[in-house]
Amino acid sequence: MTDRKEWPLWEVFIRSQHGLAHRHVGSLHAPDAEMAIKNARDVYTRRNEGVSIWVVKASDIAASSPGEKGPLFDPANSKVYRHPTFYEIPEELGHM
Amino acid sequence: MYAQMVKTGVDRIQSSEEMSPEERAFQERIDADIKIEPKEWMPEAYRKTLIRQISQHAHSEIIGMQPEGNWITRAPTLERKAILLAKVQDEAGHGLYLYCAAETLGVSRDELMEQLNSGKAKYSSIFNYPTLTWADIGAIGWLVDGAAIMNQVPLQRCSYGPYSRAMIRICKEESFHQRQGYDIMMKLARGTPEQKQMAQDALNRWWWPSLMMFGPSDADSVHSAQSMKWKIKINSNDELRQKFVDQTVPQAEYLGLTVPDPDLRWNAERGHYDFGAVDWEEFYQVIAGNGPCNRQRLRTRVKAYEEGRWVREAAEAYAAKKAARAQAKAA
Repeated sequence: MTDRKEWPLWEVFIRSQHGLAHRHVGSLHAPDAEMAIKNARDVYTRRNEGVSIWVVKASDIAASSPGEKGPLFDPANSKVYRHPTFYEIPEELGHM
Repeated sequence: MYAQMVKTGVDRIQSSEEMSPEERAFQERIDADIKIEPKEWMPEAYRKTLIRQISQHAHSEIIGMQPEGNWITRAPTLERKAILLAKVQDEAGHGLYLYCAAETLGVSRDELMEQLNSGKAKYSSIFNYPTLTWADIGAIGWLVDGAAIMNQVPLQRCSYGPYSRAMIRICKEESFHQRQGYDIMMKLARGTPEQKQMAQDALNRWWWPSLMMFGPSDADSVHSAQSMKWKIKINSNDELRQKFVDQTVPQAEYLGLTVPDPDLRWNAERGHYDFGAVDWEEFYQVIAGNGPCNRQRLRTRVKAYEEGRWVREAAEAYAAKKAARAQAKAA
């Protein structure tokens, strides 16, 4: 039964109605990009979930590895001054 | 359930002291409700058990299209036909979400297909029963999807990220399935005496197989204990079955139908319904391949796969031709 090459895996991204960015929704197998988009429509937008579809071959995605989590993301922990709540604004000034 | 009696490959639960540092860190993350993601380290038994569980669940969705597909061309109205078509299409979609989740654990789609088509893989016992009348379509939506939801809702919180996300998508769509089934039952129950009898007959035939879906009592099962520790199983089989009975009996009463169990009665002390013993011999026969439709289901599945072969080959040839052209143009 496995007398053929397996179709490549495509990751599917959908933009919903309200102008938000495309969001990853899942993946599927298809022989080419055109078929991947057609299949994605049937598999991931049966209930009006989207207005636009992106597909990208899973093998073309470069991802950070779980082991790099510390060096990549820890440095942001100590930079609380990047958040507006770090600064105290006098109440009489009102909203800023 | 859609995955029944999933083996974990362990013969007893390890204590924290016996675990390797990696295993201990892994268990601590699960205990803290941190999701496990595909590339992260996981015990081999966790990975294998999940592949078994998720693929069984996926196969059930795929085979589950057959009993209902049987009635697409014979639905009583165009509206019912459109609804049933949409529901069966959802089952295919659910199968695909789940196959993708299984693949993140390192098994290929072709391997999974081959396991299903060769009869090696299991799928839920429930789909080996025939759909004899239109009322069966109502009973399946109401009871079978009702039982599935009972199990799938807690699984949205399971420890493996891709499985949990697939469950969230599936649960969102599944509630339509149960409601459309109950809608069919209501219509029949309020119809002519013959129609009401059809609804009763469907309930008679689907009630016990639906209770079997949850699997035999697993109070003493080491596999269930391990799966619960890993949070890939959230409730015991008996717990879910009781919940299903408690929820479904009033719905049957509303329809004016009788649940086919002489031992069924409300137990005020427990705050639950007591119900009769399930015929587990029948269940074991069905999962051993001797249910009313096992052979037919597999035959239909393999036939569909073989008859789709030329489509797959044409799509591949077209993709190869286009890629070659694009390459020639670039050169």
